[in-house]
Amino acid sequence: MHDCDPEKSKVPVDNAAAVGIKTITVALMGNPNSGKTTIFNNLTGARQHVGNYGGVTVETKEGTLRHGSWRIKMVDLPGTYSLTAYSMEEIIARDFIIQQKPDVIVDIVDGANIERNLYLAVQLKELGVPMVLVLNMADEMKAKGLHADIKKLSEIIGAPVVPAVGVRNRGTDKIVARIIEVAQGSWSQPEKVPVHYGSEIENELKKIAAPIARQAGKIKQTGADCDYPLCVEINPQWVALKLLENDSEVIHKVHDSAIRQEVNQQVQHSRKYLTSIYGEDPESVIAEQRYGYVHGICRTVIRRTSEARINFSDKLDKVLTNRLLGLPIFAALMYVTFWFVFAAGQYPMGWIEIGQQILAEQVSNLWPSGSDSVLRSLIVDGIITGVGGVVIFLPNIMLLFLALSLLEDTGYMARAAFIMDRLMKWVGLHGKSFIPMLTGFGCSVPAIMATRILDNRRDRLTTILILPLMSCGARVPIYLLIIPAFFTSARSASVVMYSMYLIGLVIAIVCARLLRSTMFRGESSPFVMELPPYRIPTLKAVLIHMWQRSWLYLRKAGTVILAFSVLMWFLASHPQLPQERIEQLRQEKAVALEQQGNYSASELAAVQLTNQQLQDARLSYSITGRLGRTLEPLLKPLGFDWRIGTALVGSFPAKELFVSQMGIVFSLGEVETEESLGQALHSDQDQPDAASANSSTQAALRTRLKQAYSPLVGFCIMLFCLISAPCMATVAVTRRETNSWRWPMFQFFGLTGLAYLITLVVYQVGSFVQIGI
Amino acid sequence: MEQPLTLADLEPGCKAKILRIQGNSPFKKRLLEMGLVRGEVIEKLKLAPLADPAEYVIKNYHISLRREEAGDIILEELI
Repeated sequence: MHDCDPEKSKVPVDNAAAVGIKTITVALMGNPNSGKTTIFNNLTGARQHVGNYGGVTVETKEGTLRHGSWRIKMVDLPGTYSLTAYSMEEIIARDFIIQQKPDVIVDIVDGANIERNLYLAVQLKELGVPMVLVLNMADEMKAKGLHADIKKLSEIIGAPVVPAVGVRNRGTDKIVARIIEVAQGSWSQPEKVPVHYGSEIENELKKIAAPIARQAGKIKQTGADCDYPLCVEINPQWVALKLLENDSEVIHKVHDSAIRQEVNQQVQHSRKYLTSIYGEDPESVIAEQRYGYVHGICRTVIRRTSEARINFSDKLDKVLTNRLLGLPIFAALMYVTFWFVFAAGQYPMGWIEIGQQILAEQVSNLWPSGSDSVLRSLIVDGIITGVGGVVIFLPNIMLLFLALSLLEDTGYMARAAFIMDRLMKWVGLHGKSFIPMLTGFGCSVPAIMATRILDNRRDRLTTILILPLMSCGARVPIYLLIIPAFFTSARSASVVMYSMYLIGLVIAIVCARLLRSTMFRGESSPFVMELPPYRIPTLKAVLIHMWQRSWLYLRKAGTVILAFSVLMWFLASHPQLPQERIEQLRQEKAVALEQQGNYSASELAAVQLTNQQLQDARLSYSITGRLGRTLEPLLKPLGFDWRIGTALVGSFPAKELFVSQMGIVFSLGEVETEESLGQALHSDQDQPDAASANSSTQAALRTRLKQAYSPLVGFCIMLFCLISAPCMATVAVTRRETNSWRWPMFQFFGLTGLAYLITLVVYQVGSFVQIGI
Repeated sequence: MEQPLTLADLEPGCKAKILRIQGNSPFKKRLLEMGLVRGEVIEKLKLAPLADPAEYVIKNYHISLRREEAGDIILEELI
């Protein structure tokens, strides 16, 4: 291993000591809300690699730490309640530990909710993996008046137990020390499976396990390919248990093996037999027995030292999910969230804008004045304008993810789903769909990934398809460009802004209902969701989360958007307008003026095109302009001209590109425009002074927009951008999540068609009744 | 025959023991692993603002279930 990045390691190791480095893989498991991610952050620090596991989109995080001569690769697996493969997360977590065989598994147990958390620990023990058990939230246990006998728990479980307080970074060093002890083999694995399921079940398990063990032995001898899950390393008893529990994943895997007939017959026979004895299917009995065993452990190791104090979380919940107050509080919190994101974002945005201008000026000054260097145009008009127009909205996006992370970490997100479930059910969706939909206000890409929390495929597909209608962070730049241009009063600006979000939501609801009653007809999935106690989030966790999300956004902005900005700049400036064409236009203008009379021949001969006219001519001659013009007849009924058409085409890679596209379409060659405008309009009273003309490219663009379009068109632009074609990244992630091109194509064309129809109606009706013209 | 008492029938503020879970869906397994097994005491804490779902306490933690799913959970006795 030649990993010389010193920041990656907790304990710096010099090169001489690095020679004998041993690398181990450690997987972190645990129930959702057990504080797993906090412990992971403590162990690995902020340097983490967020990735998708094995081509699917369940997110896994990896980090590395060094301890002495050990290099520990930490993998944060998705939170799971058990090793039953019920949701995608659980299948992935289980497959990881079975197939990748991490050297040590760290199971994070929420001490304040120990019984349900130990259920997973016992299952891990049944699988026979080397484990370290972390008893997290030791402080909450104490507050609840619970005392755990660590030594006894460790003896029963057969693994080291470390008490920890993740949020205060307590116990972290001990966890690392125990991981290394387990990796060194200092903790011997107890032979017997911990839970005894009663002689009837145990007998049946033996019968099922026998052929599996035989086959495993055969594989071992012949050295044939590992036949998961009948792999030699996998405990045949565990496979038998899963088969008896009717685990569809394991059943499916056995179907591919040579002994399927023998095993299946035995399983069916055993299930029938056990059901007849217990009057219950075996999975119920097994779960009951396992929980009985866990309950026994808790009785032995947990002592109640004092009566629990009145629970703060329960008191808070009485208010926040109150039957009368719950909904108003929810609405208010959502409003405050968005107010926070946009109002607080104003200041850093101003600074970025100023910085960008200074940079553009400085770079521009590198060339002699009046130079028409293509390189200067590329850097100033293409790169700085394009990327700058995206980076400027970073504050909004960071604040949004900060807010979402706070909602998630405090535990309010689950309450939001609880409060909204009745409504979501009416829409035909699951209360949990609310979480991706709320995330969708940040960005559709992580939101579509978040739909993995939905277990039902129909729920998932419906949610994915309507998600782009949530007004995402990339639409915000469009709104923030257009709203101040046309809706100047603070009141009308916020009403229009709020209406955008509302319109998206309403259309999403209508579409979801339509989809659920046509293509995805059927029962929606059951709603079972844990309501974790309210907790105070740690600054570190929130910041790490915010940083990771913002970095993903920036990376997107930095690469894809830069590339497209340059491409779009090229398309908008090439082919260059030939000199003959300019002369031709000049003569056309002279002819037009001549027809009006009042001009002398010498005046007509000296007529020049204004820079505005010249610029329009240049653009309409370029590839972009031609494309925009091609679309113009189609877009005219919506009130759009070729420039909007051009920017719409250009905003496919990412919605926020619409802004930089409009910027490029409107402000190409702006420097010359202003210089010559100053000369041409020498005596004009309205001439803006140089300072204000340069004050802000955004403001300049808004002025141009206001000159070119009516408020109704402005509104229609926003409406169309809201509903129409999801961006490139959304299309790509939908493709990946649904594993087919069918859904992203359906989504893309469906939404674009819908956007066309709705905008058409709004513009035509608006024009007819003369609103906003 | 009289209809068995289910979790859906339970009044908010009441507790009862679980007897079994009806049906045979994969969802049943989820309920089992969340601790809704026979003999376990479950308390209905409150209804959501829009009357559905409801919040329950089991094994010292809180869980939310819709009315229709709660109807599949048969109760043994009120406590």
